[in-house]
Amino acid sequence: MSTLTLDRDEIVRLAALATGDEKHEASSYSTLDALLVLYGRVLRVDPADPGWEQRDRFILSKGHGPAAYYAVLSWRGFFPEHWLSTFTRQGSRLGSHPDRLLVPGVEASTGSLGHGLPVAVGVALALRAKGAKGADQRVVVLTGDAELNEGSNWEAIMLAPQLQLGNLTLLVIDNGSSTIDLVPIHERLAVFGWQAEQVDGRDHAALEAALSARRDSPAAVVATVRTTP
Amino acid sequence: MIAMRAQAIDTVAELFEDDPRVAVVLAEISVDRFAPVFARDPARAVNVGIMEQTMVGVAAGYALEGFHPVIHTITPFVAERALEQLKLDFPGDVQALLTIPATEILVPGAAAEADRLVRATYANGHLTYLRTQLAVNREPRDVEFGRLLVERRGTQATVIAVGPMLDRTLDATAGMDVTVLYATTLTPFDAEGLNRELAGDDVIVVEPFYAGTLAGTLTEALRDRPVRLHAVGVPRAVIRDYGTPAQLDVVLGLDAAGIRRQIVSAIG
Repeated sequence: MSTLTLDRDEIVRLAALATGDEKHEASSYSTLDALLVLYGRVLRVDPADPGWEQRDRFILSKGHGPAAYYAVLSWRGFFPEHWLSTFTRQGSRLGSHPDRLLVPGVEASTGSLGHGLPVAVGVALALRAKGAKGADQRVVVLTGDAELNEGSNWEAIMLAPQLQLGNLTLLVIDNGSSTIDLVPIHERLAVFGWQAEQVDGRDHAALEAALSARRDSPAAVVATVRTTP
Repeated sequence: MIAMRAQAIDTVAELFEDDPRVAVVLAEISVDRFAPVFARDPARAVNVGIMEQTMVGVAAGYALEGFHPVIHTITPFVAERALEQLKLDFPGDVQALLTIPATEILVPGAAAEADRLVRATYANGHLTYLRTQLAVNREPRDVEFGRLLVERRGTQATVIAVGPMLDRTLDATAGMDVTVLYATTLTPFDAEGLNRELAGDDVIVVEPFYAGTLAGTLTEALRDRPVRLHAVGVPRAVIRDYGTPAQLDVVLGLDAAGIRRQIVSAIG
């Protein structure tokens, strides 16, 4: 686990390189703070050895807006900064959906909504099947609140507590984009057996505390992002 | 004699026993027959319940960690219900929908054509699939549901351009002595129109999805004619590249130059 200084302005700068956005637009990305906290404080990963067997796994299920994700991976040194300005161009490794075969540090290719959580359940099971060494490895999957509309998520939401997957964490970035009103999301997840809590999605200390907690059943952190900082 | 399905399950169970990298993910179907694998190592065998999408997703998770997962269920629950979990971003939609009898598949090449085709079909009681994409032709045509249009008449071969492929096909065949037909209704296909306008012994279809998607449709339409069929479309390969649509068309061989090259090669 790393304890890096969380340099938000640096991530905003890097994300803006990818999209060509003005900095204030990059600043509002709903996933930016959670990704920064995950990669700066929570996940055990080794940018020099992305396939390190003992690493924690992170799956960006909401793969359709990956600028902040690429920015954080670059910040951690998974690939050089100059890749960011090639975003979606011909010959680039950085597409509008992340491809695990092209981008170091990306665990799963995603984009179609609702795929990531069932895959994360499988990864958590596989780590458990590998034995004791995998027992304390984490699997964190990020979805959006609107993405939770997809039925495949609710299949996995029913399943994971039955399997007692204490190494699995579902991080929901709730930016209020779901047409179906699911709030309070954490209470709905708790009914299915998840250890769920809600935090301010811009509060780094709260995110770090919630995402670092160890559980004996699947954990869910609902990070609410309502305002543009 | 043991039934084939039972044998396949028993074979997987044996492999599971011998190879610690094999995992089994089920969705209720055949759980009883797989009982030995659950007894052997429950960490590698899981029954997720009646959840086919999650069955495929969980298997993908095992695969990411280096296992060889085996999933098993009844055909439609995996081949169709969980098809999107089995693939990502491949242009297989028309091929999948062609398997449903009496479905209408429409591929307009311009906004005004989409308007006409929706109005022509919305209340006819059939399942209708209207496929639109970013690429459009320069000028809309007066398309009619169920009809091929004749764009150009020639004698050496027949080229069928599907929806948004029309402009580039006309560019590709400039100066060539070929008939160019324009198709926006793929099913029901205008077999009569095709047979009436057929020129030469070669039929080349230029399609905006996997090459060969319309092969069955055209084989049926041309069953009484001794012609050679050629398909120009998206190559059946995994292509990992990005860029503008125009750049990708060049990579796929679906710009005018690429289409011309393939037509010339087809008709010699």
